[in-house]
Amino acid sequence: MCTETLKFECETGNYHTFCPISCVAWLYQKISDSFFLVIGTKTCGYFLQNALGVMIFAEPRYAMAELEEGDISAQLHDFDELKRLCFQIHQDRNPSVIVWIGTCTTEIIKMDLEGMAPKIEQMIGCPIIVARANGLDYAFTQGEDTVLAAIAHRCPEKKQITAQQDLVLFGSLPNIVAEQLTTELANQGIHVSGWLPEARYEELPELGPGVYVCGVHPFLSRTATTLMRRRKCQLIGAPFPIGPDGTRAWIEKICHVFQIQPQNLEQRENYIWQSLQPYISLIQGRSVFFMGDNLLEICLARFLVRCGMIVYEIGIPYMDKRFQASELKLLEKTCQQMNVPMPRIVEKPDNYNQVQRIRALQPDLVITGLAHSNPLEARGITTKWSVEFTFAQIHGFTNARDILELVTRPLRRNNHLKDLGWSQLVASQT
Amino acid sequence: MKLAYWMYAGPAHIGTLRVASSFKNVHAIMHAPLGDDYFNVMRSMLERERDFTPVTASIVDRYVLARGSQEKVVENITRKNQEQKPDLIVLTPTCTSSILQEDLQNFISRAQGGPEDADILLADVNHYRVNEFQAADRTLEQILRFYVKSNLPKTEKPSANIIGIFTLGFHHQHDCREIFRLLKDLNIQINLIIPEGCAVTDLNKLTQAWINIVPYREIGLMAAKFLEKEFQMPYISTTPMGLVDTASWITKICQKTNCQSNYKKYIDHQTRFVSQAAWFSRSIDCQNLTGKKALVFGDATHAAGITKILVREMGINVSCAGTYCQHDGDWFREQVQGFCDQVLITDDHTRVGNMIAEIEPAAIFGTQMERHVGKRLDIPCGVISAPIHIQNFPLSYRPFLGYEGANQIADLVYNSFTLGMEDHLLEIFGGHDVKTVITKNLSTDQNLIWDPSAIDELQKIPGFVRNRIKRNTEKFARSQKTDLITLEVMYAAKEALAN
Repeated sequence: MCTETLKFECETGNYHTFCPISCVAWLYQKISDSFFLVIGTKTCGYFLQNALGVMIFAEPRYAMAELEEGDISAQLHDFDELKRLCFQIHQDRNPSVIVWIGTCTTEIIKMDLEGMAPKIEQMIGCPIIVARANGLDYAFTQGEDTVLAAIAHRCPEKKQITAQQDLVLFGSLPNIVAEQLTTELANQGIHVSGWLPEARYEELPELGPGVYVCGVHPFLSRTATTLMRRRKCQLIGAPFPIGPDGTRAWIEKICHVFQIQPQNLEQRENYIWQSLQPYISLIQGRSVFFMGDNLLEICLARFLVRCGMIVYEIGIPYMDKRFQASELKLLEKTCQQMNVPMPRIVEKPDNYNQVQRIRALQPDLVITGLAHSNPLEARGITTKWSVEFTFAQIHGFTNARDILELVTRPLRRNNHLKDLGWSQLVASQT
Repeated sequence: MKLAYWMYAGPAHIGTLRVASSFKNVHAIMHAPLGDDYFNVMRSMLERERDFTPVTASIVDRYVLARGSQEKVVENITRKNQEQKPDLIVLTPTCTSSILQEDLQNFISRAQGGPEDADILLADVNHYRVNEFQAADRTLEQILRFYVKSNLPKTEKPSANIIGIFTLGFHHQHDCREIFRLLKDLNIQINLIIPEGCAVTDLNKLTQAWINIVPYREIGLMAAKFLEKEFQMPYISTTPMGLVDTASWITKICQKTNCQSNYKKYIDHQTRFVSQAAWFSRSIDCQNLTGKKALVFGDATHAAGITKILVREMGINVSCAGTYCQHDGDWFREQVQGFCDQVLITDDHTRVGNMIAEIEPAAIFGTQMERHVGKRLDIPCGVISAPIHIQNFPLSYRPFLGYEGANQIADLVYNSFTLGMEDHLLEIFGGHDVKTVITKNLSTDQNLIWDPSAIDELQKIPGFVRNRIKRNTEKFARSQKTDLITLEVMYAAKEALAN
């Protein structure tokens, strides 16, 4: 029995990740009556158009307000400029809400987006929400956190206290996955009174004192804080419903808060584990290294440990030990149960150092961003592209298979190609 | 402020990074916030690069905003010196860092280490005035200016430098191989290819060459002009794209190098017998393309080159030729003058899209954006220029330049038009697909209702013209402020168009 505890480290922060403005990609699809306006430069636009690939061609409900030299040097009046663009968007698209995404540039030139939004909102008669999802402060998925924290202010106030206890879940999920989680809770007799966000802006859930809230993503710490401090909701701190173990722990925690004895949960979990067996036999005893870029790392690592893998390192952009407390506890417990060494958790990792460690450790699988995938593969190190975990459906009992489908894909590919003798594809360097 | 959905040319720092990371053993340090190192993803994915992209970000965060980034930048430079021992470090500002107005040049002088350490340069580009291409052009010149100091004796035999072969360039690797082959045939040695795969420590050898060759005018011209001015090296900026321009390119090279070989005979032999493109343009296949309407859009080099090929070498009618290289608009206009009905110089993709919708050409030759417009309008498109997707980085040999390039372009053009004879037969026999109405159109206006009888009528129209008729009918209905399309409206539309 292993008795160590988790070790936390912090490196230089020289790591690769997506800019948090990428959250518009999934949020504009989730909130179907919204329009996202990213106020930034050509650099932001270039990132969005390349990172989101072909989506740009389907008349997306997002656009850049591209800052030009005149905007930077304050020769143009930013209020008039934004008013003009928002009028145009309102006229052309008629959205129920316009979300302004503030970027690094608006931060540095100190554009007062929060001050201008209410005035322009009044003039055009369409709500304007401001989220500062910039690369100065945040990484990748934290973009969603800033947007949801801003939207939380706009949820209607809970008016009457109902006999039933209210539960609002927060975190953007594809509608089908949200439905699956809602049903899992309904099976335990728990009614989900709303989601933040809903599929339409106009259907935002009511919030207020007495409303319980629970997160489904590990990167939503600001949203959680906003819901507690500003909307006086009660936060249920639980592990996240990723993997059958996580999903069960998540449901159990909610049941515990509502004083309900969970029914059939253990059977349900075991049944899912059984169905995963073919995948698990592929990864059992293998080692994995998370370079870290999307904050899903802790819960994915916990799930993979439970699947029998050994985690060497969990790189993570930002570690909120309070919001992730239950998840970290579950990780620790899982490591002890599976009798594997505790992984080191590296906040703000340094990619260069990580590559040196990967060379030394030779893990069976590295979960990393696209900047490092091909170079590592060429050196005979198997990789899985981490961004896929953000876009795939990975929550709940039903989707645990999808996680393992992703994790095992490179290993299955290796099994097919293993006898060909060309896994090292760079000229040997000493 | 400008409402923008899409852009043709990237931001300035991308150009600088493309130059820096094309050289061997040059490291770029970006002064940028988290997430701006997306260049590494593009290089690793699009080029399927096996090596780690030699670009690191020196992250600008809150702490840096408060304290200044001097320590961090200096530390990152010293660190890279130790870790990778590069010959040159290019400090690359981004749009964010350039508004911080820190004295980066000063950081560099502080970071400048001993003689065994790397040279350090600050990329000198204005992020709000120049785009990717201009910045790359500028950075390349800046690096040459730094390293090329003296005029060396010329090589014994005629030799040339190729300037402007890059990472993430449109078919650059293939073009480079093709130029190499051509020059070898002409007994001209390659002195240096820059920047791709070249070490900066070799740059002083540049002046050994007799001439400089700049295949693409977007990037490399500034460097060539610098070498001409300082070291009296002649340069050739013709692009050897298509048979005619390849011939004139060879002629110019041979004249400038006093080439002894009989290049006229070589050109004639290559054109008529080795390359298939000349014969193709005389074959009856190509006859069917005569007078067909096409639209061309891309960077200045490729759009001008393809326009001339279509018109001069294939007899196709280019209704509109355009480029997004606005800074080079005059050159472009001059090049395509007399080859097309109208010239479009814009970097607004919606203007290009509207132009396509208006002209309804039989084929488009453009960037990935035009390909998608073509998909929605059911018009075939051949991709001839950046911006491009991963499928435009083919593994097989696909040059656009030289004689093999002429073959590739002929294939591309021929396959883009609905195949000549097939088109003909479809017209005679009324088409083979009469199943469904496709609701693709460019407009967001979805509130037009088609009466069932009108839909039936639409189904009877052969597939290959159905979409055009549907669009025209809807256009007409909108102009008549009606939103129900009945048989009457359809017929009225047909009449209105006939007049």
